[in-house]
Amino acid sequence: MCSQTVGLVAAELERQGIATVAVQLLREVAERVRPPRALWVPFPHGYPLDRPGDPERQHEVIAAALRLLEEPAAGPPVLAEYPRTS
Amino acid sequence: MATLAELNLPTRLFLQAYPWRRIDPVPWAPLRRPLAESRFALVTSAGFVLPGQERFSAELRGGDVSFREIPADADLSSLVETHRSQSFDHTGIRSDPNLALPLDRCRELVAAGRIGELNHRHLSFMGSITAPGRLVRDTAPEAARRLAGDGVEAALLVPV
Repeated sequence: MCSQTVGLVAAELERQGIATVAVQLLREVAERVRPPRALWVPFPHGYPLDRPGDPERQHEVIAAALRLLEEPAAGPPVLAEYPRTS
Repeated sequence: MATLAELNLPTRLFLQAYPWRRIDPVPWAPLRRPLAESRFALVTSAGFVLPGQERFSAELRGGDVSFREIPADADLSSLVETHRSQSFDHTGIRSDPNLALPLDRCRELVAAGRIGELNHRHLSFMGSITAPGRLVRDTAPEAARRLAGDGVEAALLVPV
């Protein structure tokens, strides 16, 4: 449900000219809802940036998300996976 | 990894039949200038409120579609997590709110020159919205108007 909520908010931001990237916890939800730019992460519910108290890992995930904002895209929608394989 | 299988049976059955809201057409706003020059905002669905702000409602049928503004200089340790869902472990985001609202990390990214500046406010929703009609019609467009009016150019959204 949370992944759908941020996807729907992301779409409104994009409609009003703001580039967005949405972290997503469930790949199947990301595929169905289709946020404009989504980074699917392999972490459990409640841990969207992995372990608490691990700034380094949080920066890694955020860096992957920021790169999605900058890269030329084949989308929309764009659905990438963390860690990035390319 | 988060999977539907980790959820309890009633939740799984609900979600298996749930008509996910498909975004169609998918809007697209390219980044207008380098991130290092852009104004940046965060949006979380963790149900965070500041002391003195109204808590999110656990009672509203279909979910609470409202949102709270979190100032850029907020002390993350003061945030109160009011997410109603029992389908995830709340201990992580309670011990480290950066997991869902990474304001400290973004301050570090501004200091490092990776992003230009942080907007003066960031937004907190509570996920768990099973009936997103009013979110799509009212509160998400209002949230977007506020951020667009602030001159925000890029945003990171984090669910729980």
